[in-house]
Amino acid sequence: MEAVMTGTAPGQWEPRIVAFLCNWCSYAGADLAGVSRLAYPPSLRIVRVPCSGRVSAEMILDALKAGADGVLVSGCHPGDCHYLQGNLVARRRLSLLKRLLEFVGVEPGRVRLAWISASEGEQFAALAREVTEGVRALGPARRLAKTLPEVRHA
Amino acid sequence: MPDLAGQIRAAARELLAAGEVAAVLGFAPGPLPMTTRPFAARTPAEADRLTWNGFCVMNPANLLPEILAAVEPPRGPKDPPPEGPLPKVAVVATGCWSRNIVVQIQEGRVRRERLVILGIPSRGMIDRRKVLRRVGGREIRRVEEGAHELRVEGPGLHETIPRWEVVRDNCRTCVHPTPVVYDRLLAEPVERTGVDRYAQVAEIEAMTPEDRWAWFRREIAPCLRCYACRNVCPLCYCPTCFVDDSRPQWVGKSLDPADTALFHLLRAYHCAGRCTDCGACESACPMGIRLRLLTKKLEKDVLELFGTEAGLDPGAPLPLAAFRPDDPDEFLTAGPGGGAGPEGPPPREEEPA
Ligand code: SF4
Ligand code: SF4
Ligand code: SF4
Repeated sequence: MEAVMTGTAPGQWEPRIVAFLCNWCSYAGADLAGVSRLAYPPSLRIVRVPCSGRVSAEMILDALKAGADGVLVSGCHPGDCHYLQGNLVARRRLSLLKRLLEFVGVEPGRVRLAWISASEGEQFAALAREVTEGVRALGPARRLAKTLPEVRHA
Repeated sequence: MPDLAGQIRAAARELLAAGEVAAVLGFAPGPLPMTTRPFAARTPAEADRLTWNGFCVMNPANLLPEILAAVEPPRGPKDPPPEGPLPKVAVVATGCWSRNIVVQIQEGRVRRERLVILGIPSRGMIDRRKVLRRVGGREIRRVEEGAHELRVEGPGLHETIPRWEVVRDNCRTCVHPTPVVYDRLLAEPVERTGVDRYAQVAEIEAMTPEDRWAWFRREIAPCLRCYACRNVCPLCYCPTCFVDDSRPQWVGKSLDPADTALFHLLRAYHCAGRCTDCGACESACPMGIRLRLLTKKLEKDVLELFGTEAGLDPGAPLPLAAFRPDDPDEFLTAGPGGGAGPEGPPPREEEPA
């Protein structure tokens, strides 16, 4: 996860948001935004996943632990999932996780879920802007970030 | 108060003597006052060691799969299962424990036909920390449990404590004290209504994010990461727990508060939709951490969002392995054009294929 988190200019804080995008819809939507030359903030670090249902609580918390300021999970619209129901299972899981994180004091808005289809390049760019601005307003995430260095495996 | 210990012993003797079960899983007295330990009686004579009191705080469902395997005739890993039905095990079960057994049935951990459930409508188990606090930490040598009071004795100590005041938090807010599945019920069913089961959770929810964070940090600060809370829980049977994963290492081995926080969040989250608020994790914690507050919060949300409670129906799908197309979309950052999405199939609980 650290690998995804690099690349911030020193001195000035820019939100770093880990975006788990599903291969079939949202990643293609992000791609379309790029191909269409739509401007959106460079704050997203995209991790391509097979399905939003693949994104586990472990992965989201690991991103926050590694210092992400926000986490976005995006998959196909309900009914459009390549695996038929992965996004519907993800919705249940992530609703609970989001509520649990807020319960322990993680600010609302750090972890978000959105549906973006492969044809929604503009929507993706708008979402990237919206999420970035939301996280910027919250400021750097400190609450679940690890301060001690991780022991690295060879 | 019925003599439940006597009734458990009598039922155990009878079941073991008749050869109906290979073992009876219950509790034996522990080495110190206010302690008990899980105990499986395998002969009618051993049945006399079974006991019952307000200090039976461990959840016997946790040991059930192991004991069921232990009473099967020995066989090699490649041998076919023996002909005919496998031996049965009897187990004592209060309301929450019976619901844990239901979850184990749902998850394919145990089979109902191999169990004889001795149902015990629960009066609530006692929190020994509360008792110790009541007597100011003085040494307790003997505790006698009456219908509504505890008589506590030690050097220079003779006190009578109203029982309900030292009952565990989970038991005080329990709304299912009577077992939901059983073969014999050893006492009259208990009804409990008018409890505000989520008062503790609501109190935290009402705080600001800053205060909630401060509370959470304070609550888990003493955690030793001994994982007793995990080991004692009937839901935690993963051959490799996420805390032991090393690549990726979700939870570091350090006592960095972030690692401890991740442990607590993920442990609770893994129990979402399955936890019955039996309180075993909290009772096992050597540091008195109120772990239940996290699982209780999840229980509340599962009920609010998906309308289900753990362990009430062996035939129902587990809430996190199911979905409804019309589940609440409450936190979608629906980009323009996002949101509800096209019409899904008709709303009904489905288990993914
Ligand atoms: S039992 Fe208590 S101290 Fe041990 S890991 Fe669990 S919460 Fe921490
Ligand atoms: S904490 Fe999670 S991974 Fe570990 S044993 Fe429990 S359910 Fe399994
Ligand atoms: S998480 Fe705690 S209260 Fe819930 S079932 Fe496990 S031991 Fe019982």
